[in-house]
Amino acid sequence: MADQHTIVRVTGVKKSFKLGSTDVQALKGVDLEIYAGEYLSIMGPSGSGKSTLFNMIGGLDKPSEGKVYIDEVDIAQLDAFELAWLRNRKIGYIFQTFNLIQVMTALENITLPMIFAGVHNDAAVAKGIELLDLVGLDKRYNHKPQELSGGQQQRVAIARSLANDPAIILADEPTGNLDLSTGEEIIKLMNELSKERGVTIITATHDYKMLNASDRVVWIEDGLVKKIENRDQLNIDVGCIRMA
Amino acid sequence: MSPKRIPFQDPDSPSDIEAQVVLPFDKSFEISLKSLKSRFLRNMVTVTSLILAVSFLAYVLIGGDIANGLYNSGDPGLMKILEKSGYEAGGSAKERWIVILSLLVCTVGIINAQLMAVTERFREIGTMKCLGALDSFVLRLFVLEASMQGVTGSLLGAAFGAIIAILIGMLRFGFDAFTMLPWDEAGTSILYAIGVGFGLSLLGVFYPAFIAARMRPIEAMRVEE
Repeated sequence: MADQHTIVRVTGVKKSFKLGSTDVQALKGVDLEIYAGEYLSIMGPSGSGKSTLFNMIGGLDKPSEGKVYIDEVDIAQLDAFELAWLRNRKIGYIFQTFNLIQVMTALENITLPMIFAGVHNDAAVAKGIELLDLVGLDKRYNHKPQELSGGQQQRVAIARSLANDPAIILADEPTGNLDLSTGEEIIKLMNELSKERGVTIITATHDYKMLNASDRVVWIEDGLVKKIENRDQLNIDVGCIRMA
Repeated sequence: MSPKRIPFQDPDSPSDIEAQVVLPFDKSFEISLKSLKSRFLRNMVTVTSLILAVSFLAYVLIGGDIANGLYNSGDPGLMKILEKSGYEAGGSAKERWIVILSLLVCTVGIINAQLMAVTERFREIGTMKCLGALDSFVLRLFVLEASMQGVTGSLLGAAFGAIIAILIGMLRFGFDAFTMLPWDEAGTSILYAIGVGFGLSLLGVFYPAFIAARMRPIEAMRVEE
């Protein structure tokens, strides 16, 4: 991991919200480097600033102070069109609530980002089928989201996030709405994809099952990075949790 | 103008392919049609209110045309019936006010229905934005949906209004109402009613569509329903 390419760099990021008349500091100065191809989990209790940091990395929110760089480009400098391009090509999003577009079939959901990217319809459909095959749902391409189980919907969402071969996949509590075994399958799938495709996966979670799959875990507490652990340091922690 | 380059792009990559974010018209049409179909019943309620308002407008306009046709015929018998029924050239002021009010109520109803559709679809809109949709895509989808509702409602409304006006005219004045009807004026009235109906549904969607287009992608992350 010594001389890896840094894909996301967060420097001195602070974020404060106005909550009524009081200022709430969600992030109090976070520095973080995320390397290309790693599987990184951001862990922390709710209210720790975990989601805020996660949204900053995804270009969904702007810091009050400090900078977020993706591929050494300061995302605060991008205009609306460039941000849309970034979300379309560079980043794939996976949501806790799956967020498939209800009126579209599984295949149409996957082809949508490719249509936005200007891919020809036939090429988009061919790639969509290929991606559905990859997540093990090739027979269900014509199903609407309501006709799929939670785990299946999340698989479609994973396939959709890969549509434009993004460098980064952001997964916000991807197992939050799934039961234990389905959650484990999803984590396994994401782990495989990160290894096979070299995609950087960044997740915000408080699911301890995530720890085993992660290369690194960033613990956030009270708006600050408490510690960053590599996987070898982690296994001990997980063992402790399992015993307890 | 040379195609826009994105800061992330490899300087050697072809910029005309890499730098676009598009939603072709046929695709936007397809998506709007799907959204309309999925909420068919509620959309029918909106369209029905438009049909009612437009058909009332068309009824009043065509009714005026029929009366004008009878008046211009110069037949003393018909003139007498007209006078008895309280004919005024250009329609009565009361009628005009009721038409304006019904159109106003209809517009408010459309705005309300569209605002509800926007708040209901915050996650869908946010998700589309996360997938790379520009503000203009969202705006276009909403305007397209409203246009389709507008076209359906106005056409049906104008047709109903015209038919009812002619039927009632024939009931009151006999077959002369039909033969004396100045068709060019009636045609103009129908087109006018369709135009007003279509315009109102666009007017009604403008503000909700603007709100939808400005919605931030972070909305997609909201967990609560």
